Amino acid sequence: MSQAPVIRVEDLYLSFGGIQALSGVSTRLLEGEVFAVIGPNGAGKTCLLNCISRFYTPQEGEIFFGDREITRFPTHAITRLGIARTFQNIELFKGMTVLDNIKLGRHAFLKSGIFSDILYFGKARREELALRKEIEETIIDLLEIESIRKKIVGTLPYGLQKRVELARALAMKPKVLLLDEPMAGMNLEETEDMARFILNVNRMWRVSVVLVEHDMGVVMDISDRVCVLEFGRKIAEGAPSEIQEDPQVIRAYLGEDPMARTRL
Amino acid sequence: MPSGLFHEKYETDERVFQTAFVKVWLFVFLAGCALFPFVASKYMISIMTEVGIAVIACHGLNLLTGFTGQISLGHAAFMGVGAYTCSILISTAGVPFVLALPAAGAMAALVGMVFGIPSLRLRGLYLAIATIAAQFIIEFVIRRWDGLTGGVEGMYVDPATLGPLHFNHPIHLYYLTFVLAVAATLAAKNIIRARSGRAFVAIRDRYLAAEVIGVNLFKYRLMSFAVSSFLAGIAGALMAQYLEVITHESFTIHQSIDYLAMCIIGGLGHLLGGIFGVAFWFILERMLEWLTTTLNSAFPDHITWFVSIREIVFGVTIIWFLIFEPDGLAARWRTIRAYWKLWPFSY
Repeated sequence: MSQAPVIRVEDLYLSFGGIQALSGVSTRLLEGEVFAVIGPNGAGKTCLLNCISRFYTPQEGEIFFGDREITRFPTHAITRLGIARTFQNIELFKGMTVLDNIKLGRHAFLKSGIFSDILYFGKARREELALRKEIEETIIDLLEIESIRKKIVGTLPYGLQKRVELARALAMKPKVLLLDEPMAGMNLEETEDMARFILNVNRMWRVSVVLVEHDMGVVMDISDRVCVLEFGRKIAEGAPSEIQEDPQVIRAYLGEDPMARTRL
Repeated sequence: MPSGLFHEKYETDERVFQTAFVKVWLFVFLAGCALFPFVASKYMISIMTEVGIAVIACHGLNLLTGFTGQISLGHAAFMGVGAYTCSILISTAGVPFVLALPAAGAMAALVGMVFGIPSLRLRGLYLAIATIAAQFIIEFVIRRWDGLTGGVEGMYVDPATLGPLHFNHPIHLYYLTFVLAVAATLAAKNIIRARSGRAFVAIRDRYLAAEVIGVNLFKYRLMSFAVSSFLAGIAGALMAQYLEVITHESFTIHQSIDYLAMCIIGGLGHLLGGIFGVAFWFILERMLEWLTTTLNSAFPDHITWFVSIREIVFGVTIIWFLIFEPDGLAARWRTIRAYWKLWPFSY
């Protein structure tokens, strides 16, 4: 396979005071793949996502999107490039309806300004209606959330909120989707649904996915490549089967006990 | 008969007024407002003009505080900016009212944006304090800039004219206010159902996530201040016409707090909140006025007992709302409507 890298991370260093969150992480996301980032708690997985989505600025190192360096891009400009993300602790707009949350995902791509909004006439109105139609017929349909589209997000159960957050990310027309623990706290059925949605998005829309997840079953099943972090360093990267055999990974996760291997 | 509302097109689902029932009642309400001056006393007309002005101001404050989540205690000061701008333009520069009114809004918007700059860094209580600074600075400027504003003595407002309308006539002013209040309501509704309004609410609910999905926080925070102050400026210009004499005491922090209280009672973050809150406030005020006069005439020896009834009752009302209905009358209205939709069935 000779896929081009969509995102390249070169030698990233990030620290908070005395805590070294990332030290020298380099990796790349290839086009069209599902790329999992795993590691024990505090390994720097979310920090890596936060750097890519421009939530954090690394002290050293570079991040490329295609050929473009984005290390110091303003946070709100990142969406327009085609990088969308979800959060570990759901970051939805709780007072709004599901539909409005998803529409907000498209915010950066809409053109109407405050004056055309006030009139809600002509272009602004056409844009709104076209957006509604598109969201309904692609995203809502794909994620099977028709029945809750008018509900206020804050009133929904956790599993559905996670799904709405994915929907909002999809509305951002992503080329790259950064998912931070999309299955955390879900039961088996919800996890399987979510895995199905992620794969559908990946296959049907050709979206490259970075997946941070603790559920090893899911990670090993749906990802093409896996990157393992420990204490801010990359200790392994490769196909799931290689990772499962990697002695360093096993040690990082499970200690030295050979019996523990069966849990991976 | 259909047992619910079934849309077949996205277009109909996105409409503001979805059923004939709503449209009919809206029409009845608007027609009632339009015919009101023919049956009402002069006093009632002037009260309703005040209501209209307050509705415009409250929509502005609601967009800023209710929808964007930025508490402002300087709203009356921005009204003052609009009031003085409009009056000065008409009296000294001889600008026609058609231009002076939007200019008042624009000037207030500009000043509002300047005082909105701290909002990029400050939130919640801290921003509230910063807007109090705006209130005092603007009041100070009005008081001290004698040459322009007449200083502590205030200024007489030359009655504006618009075609055949002369706004020193209360009925003419009533109609102007009424039309502008309806326009402000429509504008606010359109903002909140479109792109900008969604960005406002996103900033209120979770500003970090808003930034990640591509909302430029700085731009939209300032825009919220601008829109809010624009409406305040328009309301202020109308208020100047209504009061006929404006001084630095016409637009104090006391009014700012009143408008905030109206928004809280009506429901922050609900469009109808601005209208309900104002209606409730004015009705309560008239009732208390009546109560005080009745008590005063019944017990003329104890007039001092009744002078602060208004303050006490308003204070208690605000506390009561904060505790029992923090989402205000608009939320209550929503609950009632949901109940009647299904009545007499339980689900």
